Amino acid sequence: MKILVFVNHVPDTETKVKIGSDGKVIDPAGVNYMLNPYDEIGVEEALKTKQQFGGEVVVVSLGGDPNKETLRKALAMGCDKAVLLKDPAIRDSYAVARSLADYAKEYGADVIFCGKQSIDYDDAQVGGLIAEMLGIPSVSVVVKLEIKEGHFIAEREIEGGHEIVHSKLPAVITAQKGLNEPRYPSLKGIMDAKRKPIEEKVPNAVESRVVTEVMRKPPAKAQGKIVGSDASAAAELVRLLHEEAKVI
Amino acid sequence: MLRDLARDFTNAEIRPLAARIDREEEIPKELLKKIADVGLFGTAIPEEYGGGGFGKVGFCLAQEEVARVCGSTAATIGAHQSIGAQAILLGGSETLKKKYLPILASGELLAAFALTEADAGSDSFNLSTRAEKINDKWILNGEKVWITNGSIAGLFSVFARTEKGITGFVVEKGFNGVSVGKNEKKLGIKGSVTNTIAFDNVEIPEENMIGIDGRGFLIAMETLNSGRLGLGACCFGAAKEMLEMSVAYSKQRKQFGEPISKFQAIQFMLSDMTTHIYAMENMVYKAAFKLDNKEDISLDAAIVKLYCSEAVSEIADQALQIHGGMGFSAELPLERFYRDARILKIFEGTNEIQKLIISRQILKQNGKWNS
Repeated sequence: MKILVFVNHVPDTETKVKIGSDGKVIDPAGVNYMLNPYDEIGVEEALKTKQQFGGEVVVVSLGGDPNKETLRKALAMGCDKAVLLKDPAIRDSYAVARSLADYAKEYGADVIFCGKQSIDYDDAQVGGLIAEMLGIPSVSVVVKLEIKEGHFIAEREIEGGHEIVHSKLPAVITAQKGLNEPRYPSLKGIMDAKRKPIEEKVPNAVESRVVTEVMRKPPAKAQGKIVGSDASAAAELVRLLHEEAKVI
Repeated sequence: MLRDLARDFTNAEIRPLAARIDREEEIPKELLKKIADVGLFGTAIPEEYGGGGFGKVGFCLAQEEVARVCGSTAATIGAHQSIGAQAILLGGSETLKKKYLPILASGELLAAFALTEADAGSDSFNLSTRAEKINDKWILNGEKVWITNGSIAGLFSVFARTEKGITGFVVEKGFNGVSVGKNEKKLGIKGSVTNTIAFDNVEIPEENMIGIDGRGFLIAMETLNSGRLGLGACCFGAAKEMLEMSVAYSKQRKQFGEPISKFQAIQFMLSDMTTHIYAMENMVYKAAFKLDNKEDISLDAAIVKLYCSEAVSEIADQALQIHGGMGFSAELPLERFYRDARILKIFEGTNEIQKLIISRQILKQNGKWNS
């Protein structure tokens, strides 16, 4: 089976992000990057699919040289081959999906995995866009997956519940937390990853349709207020929740 | 990537169990299995023998992370890889390495290093375990004490006296005549097991001799040299954790109307701790780098062992002092770190022996600084 997994290189969840001087992108200084956690679940699912059906797992990332670190992590987890679609420019979801879809078409994937969203821009669009561009089904926010010959059954999260869907391969499946528990790369895997080549390709230039005008951090949280410590404070608490916080 | 892996793994898999490991004096089998699966039992073992091939530098990186969360687990991995398996790697024949290193690297079997005896501790040359060659077998008799990993190890690198001097042997636990004593009760690293191992007419195949008959003492000493670097890494791994805890606590704890981190008495302790860690980190990686480049590190190893174990003991004491009564309480992990640190001044050669090694070496060099 030809299994494709798309991964993004995103700021570490523990990093404190600062906005750059132009106000449009984050300041990369002092920021640690990591494999997007939802994509990591996609990698795990790709590897499990290979264990079941055989074949190869190709991991692909769009971005600059630093993305190689994330590709190496995916190789260390067990992916067979890595491809860097080299373009350090910032793109919107459409432009990202366009280049990834072009690669998927050229490669001829039987199944495509990615995370349900990247934790940097949080657009949650790329998976669906790729499927649309390729004219194949997409199932998003998947928490359980059973792949069979040529088709699959997926359980996905919906508001307040779960939905079970059936569809045909090839398809794009976007991973949600709970789909699996991503494996640790083994020490052997890390060593092997050093020897696996990362193929570099230059994707076609695609113009973004959405351009960032300005980025702002959320307002700093105001300090908490302690109204009192016994029952006599209840009335005042209710009044504040109602009148000031306007939550009840 | 190795450090990230070690950190992610230890934080997710070992940290939540550390207090239980200390309390129940045992590392759960499932955890040992996970450590084996991820490859941390074979970090430094060359890839040709099934290990990670990360060398001493890589091993120290990994041990640093393990020691940040659990001294018992770090001691278990260290005794297995850094001395138990290391003796085979340093001194063993190609046949012996091929026979045992892959199963040690994968963690299928754990190793232990057996040199110390009741009357041969610091004076290890005085050991009295005997090996006699009868036809094509060696017959081993004697008793080893304070053997880390004794009851969980599948094989021992044992040093015994033969007609020609001291010789090393690989003894499987399954060989007839090997018996393991009960787990010792200890002050610290309680989850790392320590046992007496007795050998009663144990038959050992010829091929299990480590290196050349009569040359084993040198192998034992070189093994300990290399082991001391991993021990140093454990010292500053634990020290970094204690520093982090102390800084967090000192910023949060208020006395006389302000956080105690505002007081110079506390600040100076934090600077001492930080400076020690800086020195430890540098000396350990310098020595590990030299070892990976096949340079002689006997002096470096002794300095690392002496300095790091003294420094971490001082840091543990200061960290506890900063925490005051809370540090003394078993509510916080600090008292465990304090107890676990104490052994570092004793095992793998007492600090007094390290001072002998250092002074002998510098006298031999006429006080001249190499490099």
